[in-house]
Amino acid sequence: MLKVDNLHVHYGVIHAIKGVSFEVNEGEIVTLIGSNGAGKTTILKAISQLLEKSDGDITFLDKSLSDYKAHDVVHIGVSHVPEGRHVFPDLTVLENLEMGAYYRKDKTKIREDLYKVFYRFPRLKERVSQIAGTLSGGEQQMLAIGRALMSHPKILLLDEPSMGLAPILVKEIFDIIKEINAAGTTILLVEQNANQALHISDKAYVLETGNITLSGPSKELLNDEKVKAAYLSA
Amino acid sequence: MELFIRQLINGLNTGSIYALVAIGYTMVYGIIKLINFAHGEIMMFGAYFAFLFAFSLSFQLPFILVIVLSMFFAALLGILIERVAYKKLRKAPRISALITAIGMSLFLQHLAQLIFGATPYVMKQLVDTTPVTIFNFDISRLTLLTIGLSIFFMILLSLFVYKTKPGKAMRAVSQDKEAAVLMGINVDNIISLTFAIGSALGALGGIFYAMTYSQIYPTMGVLPGLKAFIAAVFGGIGSIGGAMIGGYLIGIIETMTKAYISSKWVDVIVFGLLIVILLFKPSGILGKNRKEKV
Ligand SMILES: Nc1ncnc2c1ncn2[C@@H]1O[C@H](COP(=O)(O)OP(=O)(O)OP(=O)(O)O)[C@@H](O)[C@H]1O
Ligand SMILES: [Mg+2]
Repeated sequence: MLKVDNLHVHYGVIHAIKGVSFEVNEGEIVTLIGSNGAGKTTILKAISQLLEKSDGDITFLDKSLSDYKAHDVVHIGVSHVPEGRHVFPDLTVLENLEMGAYYRKDKTKIREDLYKVFYRFPRLKERVSQIAGTLSGGEQQMLAIGRALMSHPKILLLDEPSMGLAPILVKEIFDIIKEINAAGTTILLVEQNANQALHISDKAYVLETGNITLSGPSKELLNDEKVKAAYLSA
Repeated sequence: MELFIRQLINGLNTGSIYALVAIGYTMVYGIIKLINFAHGEIMMFGAYFAFLFAFSLSFQLPFILVIVLSMFFAALLGILIERVAYKKLRKAPRISALITAIGMSLFLQHLAQLIFGATPYVMKQLVDTTPVTIFNFDISRLTLLTIGLSIFFMILLSLFVYKTKPGKAMRAVSQDKEAAVLMGINVDNIISLTFAIGSALGALGGIFYAMTYSQIYPTMGVLPGLKAFIAAVFGGIGSIGGAMIGGYLIGIIETMTKAYISSKWVDVIVFGLLIVILLFKPSGILGKNRKEKV
């Protein structure tokens, strides 16, 4: 479904992504794990065209994503939940969700998706008219995910959704990700929390300073000695 | 008391003009964090457009059409200015954009001088000026029209910004551009829309200003532009409601100073106020006390 082939990204002279290839099939949860500065965010930004790649191919449903402007990527079913949530702080919860459906015109379907989001995140429903900037970190993460779901995506790109959350909330968020996937949305999950990410995903890639050093079914990586030592020690 | 009420009405008249112009400063600042110093020149061009539509056609356009057409062309001018001069500088250091805006302001003044000449045009009245009597006060129709139309457009703007999808998108872009892009919002178009609306309202302010003082000339936008900018800072730059309140307050402060102190003191007091705000409450009346991210 999503195929990244020999991707290179530069920030000026800094070569941040050095020939990364991976694939996400329909219905899967695929995770990219790696420590700070490995290049996880950079890859997601290159997919959603927020950053220009310097070489390689990114194809989604056989379309080359670099033919699209960043604001058109969501039209073809790619929805990106950025690192640090990035909810619109002065808009209400409801307005944030409306922005998620910005490009859509099908009012009745949008309404259905809104109910689905409220069903999945009852806490957002209780807070529809609250200003998003006043939500707690966990609520903001839910809003960011809910907002992304309002575009009715085929694939959801999640950048460290567990960042900065208390352990119970982390579990809740990962459960929700599994549910979203079970309901039919493919997921590319970027995480530092390798343990949780490997537990819910089908396939995993380990990223180190711009290169993929290891990949395989998540179950196997969970038992891999190198992965255990580097990412699961905590 | 009678003098006071009369001055208050005058203050609301001038304040309406400042409020209309201040909205443009604040909206543009809100969306691209630029003080658009060329905004006073949009005012000026708006006034020239109105003059052309009112007096140089072979037939007489109704006043409301003169206004709407002038606002429309000012909106186009605003879009053009942004696309030509500011767009490339969005990621540049802010000082570069600021200097460009000052350059644009001077350029437009000289352009107006080239096109229209340096001699002021006399703005004959576009509306019936016989006063209306309300509660024993004679109020000029122009004053009523200025206050009434300004408030009408401000209500329209508020409805747009808070109730419509493009209005919400505009607020979303001003809060987080990257997230807005991920929502599928075309940020370039929203920025153009912001310039269009700000410029149209600025032109309306310029038309009322020209009708109040009966003159149009290439540098006419400088002083009211600066005062409207102060109004925007006073109200809290970036806040539309703040620009409206700031505009009316500056208008009232100005007329009251004229009436009770001396007209010589007007500019001293208004510009002094800017310094006081910047020293003690730089975020203004409705602005947020957010730390600026550099
Ligand atoms: N705007 C930028 N300019 C220059 N270098 C950058 C920029 N953004 C990221 N980098 C560099 O690119 C590399 C990859 O960064 P990236 O943000 O993709 O890492 P990450 O894996 O998401 O890390 P984290 O887990 O901390 O979010 C880092 O070395 C970083 O310093
Ligand atoms: Mg990151």
